[in-house]
Amino acid sequence: MILLYNFLVMEMLDSSFAALADPTRRAILARLALGEATVLELAKPFQMSQPAVSRHLKVLETAGLIEQRVDGTRRPRRLAKPALDNIDQFLNMLRQALAANYDRLDQVLAEMNTPQGDSK
Amino acid sequence: MNNMTQNKMTLKTEGERFVVVTRRFAASPEAVYRAHSEPELLKKWMLGPPGWTMPVCIADPRPGGKIRMEWSDGNGHGFYLTGENLEMEPYKRLVHVERMHLPDPTPDNHVETLFEPDGSGTLMIMRMTLPNAEVRKSMLATGMETGMEASYNNLDSLLATNL
Repeated sequence: MILLYNFLVMEMLDSSFAALADPTRRAILARLALGEATVLELAKPFQMSQPAVSRHLKVLETAGLIEQRVDGTRRPRRLAKPALDNIDQFLNMLRQALAANYDRLDQVLAEMNTPQGDSK
Repeated sequence: MNNMTQNKMTLKTEGERFVVVTRRFAASPEAVYRAHSEPELLKKWMLGPPGWTMPVCIADPRPGGKIRMEWSDGNGHGFYLTGENLEMEPYKRLVHVERMHLPDPTPDNHVETLFEPDGSGTLMIMRMTLPNAEVRKSMLATGMETGMEASYNNLDSLLATNL
């Protein structure tokens, strides 16, 4: 049996926790909650370099918490729309979550095959 | 040694209602079937991201047998799932139904898992119900809300000092 949707929730909890563990990233989210902003606009109040801000934004994007909008040459960031609304994003997350579990199952099966293994 | 290309997982939609996953394992159908049905084995691999554990795993191995699994991240966060085994053909086929509690139960997910001999290994084929947009939204809401809650305590002071 596979109880897979749970793993999606776990993956999301995990990436959300990691993304939110950093005070700067929490503050960036708080800023974006007030409205969209570019990297430049975010860098100024945080007194950080643009590459440093970009690294934080990347973590938040990977966690599905923020997204980019294309506006001419500008790329303002904003809080993300729910990722799982989109079926393709849902399936991609599902694929990653399942693959990790099956890699672990490979190890369990290998242990079952050895005399010292857990077979009953 | 596993052949990584040969053992690569596939995941496809079937119509609008189903997802089909295939994966090859370098072990007998008996071993793969047991790893999918015995609680002590399930607890070893069905765990999600690093750090999560499954403190409770009940899976009564007979038709009508109850399933209950509880996961924990070790920091006070977790959730659980309940279900029932429907059909169990040893080493060949499992059918069960499951629902997540977020905490409201999601609609039942009907899952059929086949274990086919494939050379010296096993080809697993799993077909499950695709959750609809409403269920996906409630999953997202659970993940986001729980993650956000952990940080809300700090937000006010950060807003005051950093912005």
